[in-house]
Amino acid sequence: MTYMKKPAVHHSGLPANELGYTVRDYEGGMSTLCAGCGHDSITAALIQACWELDIEPHNVAKMSGIGCSSKTPAYFLSQAHGINAVHGRMPSIATGANAANQDLHFIGVSGDGDSLSIGFGQFAHAIRRNVNMLYLIENNGVYGLTKGQFSASADVGSRAKGGVVNEQPPIEPVLTALSLGCTFVARSFSGDKEQLVTLIKAGLRHRGFAMIDVISPCVAFNDHEGSTKSYAHTREFHHPAIHTDFIEPKEEIRVEYARGASMPVELHDGSTIVLRKVDVDHDPTDRARAFGYLERHREAGEIVTGLLYLEEEAADLHAHNRTAPGSLVNARPRDDQAAILEEIQTRYR
Amino acid sequence: MERVNDFTLKVATANGTGSASANALLMKAIFRMGAPVMGKNYFPSNIQGLPTWYEIRVTESGDLTRSGEVHFMVAMNAQTFAQDHAEVASGGYLLYDSSWPRVRELNRDDIQVIGVPLAEMVNLEFAEVRTRILMKNIAYVGALAGLLDLDMAVIEASLKETFGERKAKLVEANMRAAELGYSYTKEHYECPLPLRVRRTNLTEGHIVINGNTTAALGAMFAGATVGAWYPITPSTSLMDAFKGFCERYRRNDDGEREFLVLQAEDELAAIGMVMGAGWMGARAFTPTSGPGISLMNEFISFGYYTEIPAVLFDIQRVGPSTGMPTRTQQADLMECAYAGHGDTRHLCLYPADPGEAFELTVSAFDLAEHFQTPVFVVSDLDIGMNEWMVPALKWDERYRPDRGKLLSADELKQLPGRFGRYLDPDNDGIPFRTLPGVHPAGAFFTRGSGHSKHGSYTEDAAEYQEVMDRLKRKFDTARSHVPRPVIECVHDAGGGGKKTAGKPRPTRCGIVTLGSCDVAVREARKTLRAGGTELDYCRVRAFPFNEQVERFLREHDTVFVVEQNRDAQFRNMLLMETGVDRRKLVSILHYNGLPIASSHVEEAVLTYLDQGQVA
Repeated sequence: MTYMKKPAVHHSGLPANELGYTVRDYEGGMSTLCAGCGHDSITAALIQACWELDIEPHNVAKMSGIGCSSKTPAYFLSQAHGINAVHGRMPSIATGANAANQDLHFIGVSGDGDSLSIGFGQFAHAIRRNVNMLYLIENNGVYGLTKGQFSASADVGSRAKGGVVNEQPPIEPVLTALSLGCTFVARSFSGDKEQLVTLIKAGLRHRGFAMIDVISPCVAFNDHEGSTKSYAHTREFHHPAIHTDFIEPKEEIRVEYARGASMPVELHDGSTIVLRKVDVDHDPTDRARAFGYLERHREAGEIVTGLLYLEEEAADLHAHNRTAPGSLVNARPRDDQAAILEEIQTRYR
Repeated sequence: MERVNDFTLKVATANGTGSASANALLMKAIFRMGAPVMGKNYFPSNIQGLPTWYEIRVTESGDLTRSGEVHFMVAMNAQTFAQDHAEVASGGYLLYDSSWPRVRELNRDDIQVIGVPLAEMVNLEFAEVRTRILMKNIAYVGALAGLLDLDMAVIEASLKETFGERKAKLVEANMRAAELGYSYTKEHYECPLPLRVRRTNLTEGHIVINGNTTAALGAMFAGATVGAWYPITPSTSLMDAFKGFCERYRRNDDGEREFLVLQAEDELAAIGMVMGAGWMGARAFTPTSGPGISLMNEFISFGYYTEIPAVLFDIQRVGPSTGMPTRTQQADLMECAYAGHGDTRHLCLYPADPGEAFELTVSAFDLAEHFQTPVFVVSDLDIGMNEWMVPALKWDERYRPDRGKLLSADELKQLPGRFGRYLDPDNDGIPFRTLPGVHPAGAFFTRGSGHSKHGSYTEDAAEYQEVMDRLKRKFDTARSHVPRPVIECVHDAGGGGKKTAGKPRPTRCGIVTLGSCDVAVREARKTLRAGGTELDYCRVRAFPFNEQVERFLREHDTVFVVEQNRDAQFRNMLLMETGVDRRKLVSILHYNGLPIASSHVEEAVLTYLDQGQVA
């Protein structure tokens, strides 16, 4: 993971959030990704979302696996601890870290190779445990760092830079997450910052595993004609299914939504997600119907975006465990342990 | 055969018939009569129907190891009858179920055969099929009580503890079955036999327990709060025990858990979870066996290089590959010490019995945080799953976890200059550590890729090498910090119980070993001494090997190295890690899956001294 220190330039007049921080306080090191890489736009959206949510930067734990996408946690929130796991194993790091301290915000950044190939098992099981975290898949359909091999998310018929056409069906993260019982399933596009920032904010506030599959074109190896993960292709077939507004508890809901067309969902911390349907045949709270809707549009070659499925009441890892509040990092000091050890041993005498 | 409180009894049954509880009852009764006792379970990797054996050694002299001989066989399994019959030492006894007489097979005239019609009697007494199977086992315990002079009141008391008030009916039924066997032997044989148990008081202050249970206790008492695992024999009972104890003793007043156990999807995830929790600052561990360690290698290398505390238990079983999951071996010594790609080496602790498994588990958590690195507790199936008599465990209320060089929010606030994760201000190789969520000044990026002493990414030759050299320095610091060997030299041998003697006196022959070989080597040494062969003793308890180990090797001309694997892994580690002359080290190896017997060590030493080589 390459890292360059960013020059500390102070722009006076940048707006501050409730904690008194400007957006600059949420930045990280200088990106060393290729100019125009979709991943950098996602990094910018993350910075914007954390700033808007007034998150204390050092209360975030950011983590990733291996690959271009996994370099990005070095490019935001330099005041937060970060960890770059081995390839495909970030979900287990996140699970253990979250088990140890449920009080922090967890942001995991992964890629299509990291999550859908080498780490497919861990990705699935983190969803199954409903680990409370934001999980981004920066999806470009190729292995960038090893120079352009197809990944498991490459679409049938998509053409590689060298001309080879992919014939194997893709592993589709949204449908996969949905079938695994993921409680927050979204898709977005690195080129749609407004939607992405909203989805990231909602995902951070969601209690449980919030997966956002972000189509993030690789300008070096997969942005040519014939690729289905290029900027041009994504813009053309990008189909927002649902419009999402995120409203924090401090804000009043000022907009009156037309009954039927919009759906406010209150989150655990009191904030509200308001979903406004663009397509009337999509219901983001009905898993079976969402499945049918997504599959139909996938067959039509459309890239449906938005918050596609949400289940707010599911228990997360700690609720299942009935963990005591707070962190397990500093085990409570105990006395009378000698007596307890005595008591335990009576059965072995 | 006259053997009072000094014999080995072996029970041959089929697994899944309930014989395990009968054998435990038998062992407990002898223990409660004050006679030191060893129990070894040789069980199949199966749930029902395959042959299984339980070996009990009654040893007033306190030699809690396999002697290598069987003096009394309880042959309950038709499938293995011939083999079991042949195994009895000359002059010994064989008890079998004479409901089906075996006149033709019983063709030895140097053993005494005791027939008891167990099935016949039990079938008359009990109607239900499953009950009959279970009670036949209790009936042989009763028969043995008559023959060996066991106290039926002690047996009844144990049954009452097992079943409690609520299942008083079961106590009554079990006692009826025991009485069947007891009365029969009393009536038909001259009881007690010359081979028998005599009440004494040598087990006071002791418990009978297995090493997975004590390791679990060690983890709980050391303050472990996150455990992650993937079930694998023979480590599974460790996490089962940890969960059980925590359910009882690690909940708050509202019944909420102050621990979290994750059953992972595989060992790759289990170790990842431990790394995540350790990075976050919790004391975290994973119990596994050899195949699990193989899978964890990539993350172990990561943990070494990124300096994340973690505790791994390797309850070794027979390899290579799936091997024999229910048999014991010490064949992961090198795998643990050097796990992972690249230049890696790890702190390893080698408990000799369940008592030490408790102590060294606590040490493992302290060492992991002190040195910010994965630490292995290298146990084995024999220690982990067999029942051992050990002194009762003790806890020092003054214990405080050694969290190592961990910076608090206040310390970070006052930090002059920028925090550097991998700096070495104390010149001991140990850097300062910060935890997520504590203070922004402590933030850094943990990466398994090349990093400088500040933690930033590097591909710079000098920056990379600086960190690698410092890691080596850290390992060198650990050398004098890890538990010392137990050394006993000839002049203080036989004094019993004296650990880590002061100054070893140079003598010609020494014997060095680790882990569960300890008891066998101790008995062998005692027997050899009685025959005029004196050996100094060094039991290594940790890797890296301390200076005391090196000195022991230096001061002896011939050193037997006893271990339970084929390739002399321990000897090879001693050769690699110390300056010892390879010609001095004579291997005594045992690797067939059974725990090493003292007779194996004795014979090997004598053969070598006689013929200049080990057979």
